Amino acid sequence: MTDAGELTVTLLRFGFLILLWILVLSTVGALRRDLVVGRRNKVGTPTAREIRRNPDLVDQAPPARTTARQLVVTEGPLTGTVLELASSPILLGRAQESSLVLEDDYASGRHARLFPQGSRWFVEDLGSTNGTYLAGQQLTRALPVEPGVPIRIGKTVIELRP
Amino acid sequence: MSDVLTAPRSRRNIELVLLLLALVVGIGANFLANLGRNEPLGDYFWSQALTLGLMGLFLHIVLRFRAKYADPVILPIVIALNGIGLAMIHRLDLSALSVNPEFTPVAPQQVMWTAVAIGAAAVLLLVFKDHRILRRFTYTSLIVSAVLLLLPLMPPPLGLEINGARIWISVGFGTFQPGEIAKITLAIFFAGYLSTNRDLILLAGKKIGPLQLPRFRDLAPMAAAWVVSIGVLIFQRDLGSSILFFGLFMVMIYVATSRVSWVLIGLAMIAGGVFVALELFSHVALRFDSWINAFDPDVYNRAPGGSGQVVQGLFGLADGGLLGTGLGGGRPDLVTYANSDMIIAALGEELGLIGVVAIVMLYVILVSRGIRAALGTKDGFGKLLACGLSFTIALQCFVVIGGITRLIPLTGLTTPFMSAGGSSLLANWLIVALLLLISETARRPVTSTPMKNSFPEPVGVTGKIGRTRAAREGTR
Repeated sequence: MTDAGELTVTLLRFGFLILLWILVLSTVGALRRDLVVGRRNKVGTPTAREIRRNPDLVDQAPPARTTARQLVVTEGPLTGTVLELASSPILLGRAQESSLVLEDDYASGRHARLFPQGSRWFVEDLGSTNGTYLAGQQLTRALPVEPGVPIRIGKTVIELRP
Repeated sequence: MSDVLTAPRSRRNIELVLLLLALVVGIGANFLANLGRNEPLGDYFWSQALTLGLMGLFLHIVLRFRAKYADPVILPIVIALNGIGLAMIHRLDLSALSVNPEFTPVAPQQVMWTAVAIGAAAVLLLVFKDHRILRRFTYTSLIVSAVLLLLPLMPPPLGLEINGARIWISVGFGTFQPGEIAKITLAIFFAGYLSTNRDLILLAGKKIGPLQLPRFRDLAPMAAAWVVSIGVLIFQRDLGSSILFFGLFMVMIYVATSRVSWVLIGLAMIAGGVFVALELFSHVALRFDSWINAFDPDVYNRAPGGSGQVVQGLFGLADGGLLGTGLGGGRPDLVTYANSDMIIAALGEELGLIGVVAIVMLYVILVSRGIRAALGTKDGFGKLLACGLSFTIALQCFVVIGGITRLIPLTGLTTPFMSAGGSSLLANWLIVALLLLISETARRPVTSTPMKNSFPEPVGVTGKIGRTRAAREGTR
């Protein structure tokens, strides 16, 4: 075999080894995106085009936190008062710092508290003198409030509205 | 665990690119083998290139239509391994022919088997749209496995004894190892059985210390697997398959229950089996002796069960060194069974450590893709099946490469996709088809958008529903 021929064979020999590794590495490269398991390992942010094709890729906006949107006073001195619910807790009582200041002689200063958790609102008695009643039952602990269920504080009755 | 946040893309185009690269590797290896042996490119070169190319592209097209979301790298890897194997078998044929012109080449038959095996894989993909159908055949496949394992023990017209092992049957045009197919049917049975009875096996049983021991009757399938493996060892005198079957069952039961106690019981059973085998069967004892005392001249030259084969392979690997002698440049033909059991030694000699590590890497990626499919798929049967099947490939590679490099005693198992032997090739291609099917179910996008309009609107307190339904009726 001539020198040139031998050189070609040697080059082809090494070339084949390089080719083998190119195959291995390009295979691994093709899997780069796919090697992730689970959400935390998400690699890179999806491009606008990917999002358009696969809306699942973006984290969906957290679901509406509460189904109830309004607090309405249905009985008592403040009947007709409407309070828009945000995602912050609401203090009910005669104290001036309350979210809804009750002008009700049978209500305590800091009477009860409404707070959102998950997708529901809960009501909790804050140690009032005359108690808080949810659907006629006196509260002993925090309980979820469904829209339309009356909460009685003294002479005042409030309920949540969707 | 299995929710992967990647875009559902079919990735068939990437598969095509990788497939072309794999074909360049497989056909290039054959070209270099001819070049290294100073042979003109004969009929064989073209038949290898055409078979590999056309069948590979055919399977790719089948995937495009039938399993659009299947894993994109499995097919290219297997095509590359198969092509390198064909090239090496052909290269060893050339050496044998130069010594003995009467020698019948092995490679053309292997090319034919490649075509048959890829065709069978395509048929499997076309027939089964979903691997879960196989679960219906849980107990059928147990019976099929038993029949397949018993076939070689039939009297001579059917069963054949070659080199002391009774694992072959004669079919019209040649020989076939039914045990290779049995590993698939056994995997299907184990997957079906364990996915059904998993909870029972998990919950029952006493707890001793940190180990939750299984109930005695839940041990029955494990005992059955052990009996099958020992039976294969005693009656077929095939240590490799016996390790493979028992290892397959142990892995699948561990994956199903994640109980260490099962593995410990299994290992104890293996230790017992190995002890008995060492005492009773000379061929097993000789294997161990030629493993530990491989370089002893007496052991090296011993007529049956000597260590000549392993040591020649090691010399070959040493001769290859880091870069190898180049395809056609070494003397791998000095090793007995260079084209089947010892093909890794032949490749190590001619491609060197760098080449052999690349091949091992291809196996590692292949197995990891199988396990990935198992992680991704939702059904327990598919998980177990994909795990078991990928593990058989891994265990085979470990047993073969470990045996050749004298890490463990040499046992006669085939190197998947590479060794000469049609039944092994067929079985492994069927495994690939099953892994592709499972990966397709794992990666196929699920329709996750809410089903609009298919449910009545939620009944509100306000009684809005009557009004909206009436409104809808009106506009229709």
